[in-house]
Amino acid sequence: MSTQIAETAEPAATKPAPSPVNDVAPGGTTITDTPPESVKMKGVGVNVFYGDKQALFDIDLDIGERQVTSLIGPSGCGKSTFLRCLNRMNDTIDSCRIEGDITIGEQDIYDPSIDVVELRARVGMVFQKPNPFPKSIFENIAYGPRIHGLADSKSDLEEIVVTSLQKAGLFEEVKDRLEEPGTGLSGGQQQRLCIARAIATSPEVMLMDEPCSALDPIATAKVEELIDELRENYTIVIVTHSMQQAARVSQRTAFFHLGVLVEVGATDQIFTNPRDARTRDYITGRFG
Amino acid sequence: MTKHIVTAFDTDLRDLLLKLAEMAGWVERSVEVAVDALMTGARDEAEGVIANDDRVDESDREIESDAVLLIARRQPMGDDLRVIVSSMRVSQDLERVGDLAKNIAKRALIIDGSFQHRKLARGVESLARLVTSQLKRSLEAFVERDTDKADEVWRHDAEVDALYTSLFRELLTYMMEDPRNISACTHLLFCAKNLERIGDHATNIAERAIYTRTGEMVAADRPKQDELGVDVPEPNLPN
Repeated sequence: MSTQIAETAEPAATKPAPSPVNDVAPGGTTITDTPPESVKMKGVGVNVFYGDKQALFDIDLDIGERQVTSLIGPSGCGKSTFLRCLNRMNDTIDSCRIEGDITIGEQDIYDPSIDVVELRARVGMVFQKPNPFPKSIFENIAYGPRIHGLADSKSDLEEIVVTSLQKAGLFEEVKDRLEEPGTGLSGGQQQRLCIARAIATSPEVMLMDEPCSALDPIATAKVEELIDELRENYTIVIVTHSMQQAARVSQRTAFFHLGVLVEVGATDQIFTNPRDARTRDYITGRFG
Repeated sequence: MTKHIVTAFDTDLRDLLLKLAEMAGWVERSVEVAVDALMTGARDEAEGVIANDDRVDESDREIESDAVLLIARRQPMGDDLRVIVSSMRVSQDLERVGDLAKNIAKRALIIDGSFQHRKLARGVESLARLVTSQLKRSLEAFVERDTDKADEVWRHDAEVDALYTSLFRELLTYMMEDPRNISACTHLLFCAKNLERIGDHATNIAERAIYTRTGEMVAADRPKQDELGVDVPEPNLPN
């Protein structure tokens, strides 16, 4: 696969060269930053097929540790498909076939010896629509640690529930009603409950598939604030349709189009000065 | 470049740039007319420049508020963001150039273009020619997003500085030759300084042209000559 690395550090003193717009062969990914120092997950040559239809073409992408990587692109571009490869959510679709390598640390996540349930505890996921279990707030959080055997005693479990809710910034709002159903919370609170639920199994990576698209601006701001705090301890990959959100919360942005990873770079660069014409057209709202 | 999906965005952007182009036209004209008034002593021309400055200031305010609205409404990214932010900056530069032209016009009214002054002002005239061409080319570079042209403007600023420095010496010499020249030469010195400042604004505009096109900020180490290094000639004191 042809990967071109565009120089970000231009010779400073004189005139910078005009941005090399559209000089990249389709299929090749323009990488405009230096790859993350510490790579948490890595996709190499990932191809995904749904039946006969190929959804992703030869994707190479490094996910930096303890940073937020956002995946952007128009509907159907493959960004959610790629996200779902990272914790093998695509396994649940019969016609789906995946080629290439995806690793977490040094481990191949598609290795037959991998326990998928355990993988999904390490790589947690938050969905577009808040989907708390029809159980109490307490049980929503306690369920994961219990089935994964992460708590030895009731007090252990209680501690996990409290700290998870605290990390998700929800504890103060719900501490007096932990026994009430999670579905009784507001949409924004439900989403933070789902994040707390994901945190409870101590994941290394958190995948978020449009976590704010069903939330109002205030709830969105709270989730974004939370993402910013979580990045100190977790690696986060977020799919979002809001470019402003990607610009606000992520450090690295990957732009997908028609199943191809078009451009990857520092978020600041992608949104002010993208290199590929397709990225430019998308972020400036010029897509036909 | 292809059109936005939202056509009103294209219309707003075009209107902003048209307003800026119109303002640029007025300001360019102001500088030319002010310098002409300085040379010829045409009072009505000088007064016209002074009166026009209000319109330029108003234009700057309009461009800023239009740009702010555009950002609030469209959340521009990429090229769009750069061109909008740059328009605000260029408009600010143009507003300052307008002020400097107005100042030249005011001084033109004071020194009143007598034959004697015209002789003294010849150096100022050649500086003005260079600076107006710099300003014109920088604006062209911005409109056409022509980085080569912008680069040229950027490099030529050293020439403006050098010319200003030699003019400074020249005017000082005139003053020492004949103290009756002091008043006119002082005004001319301020005019020269104003022109040199206009040159700096042209360079700023050229830098915005490069930024708008490439997204790269131009480094600050532009070739620059420091006028403070000018030696003041010793007057011939009687023994």
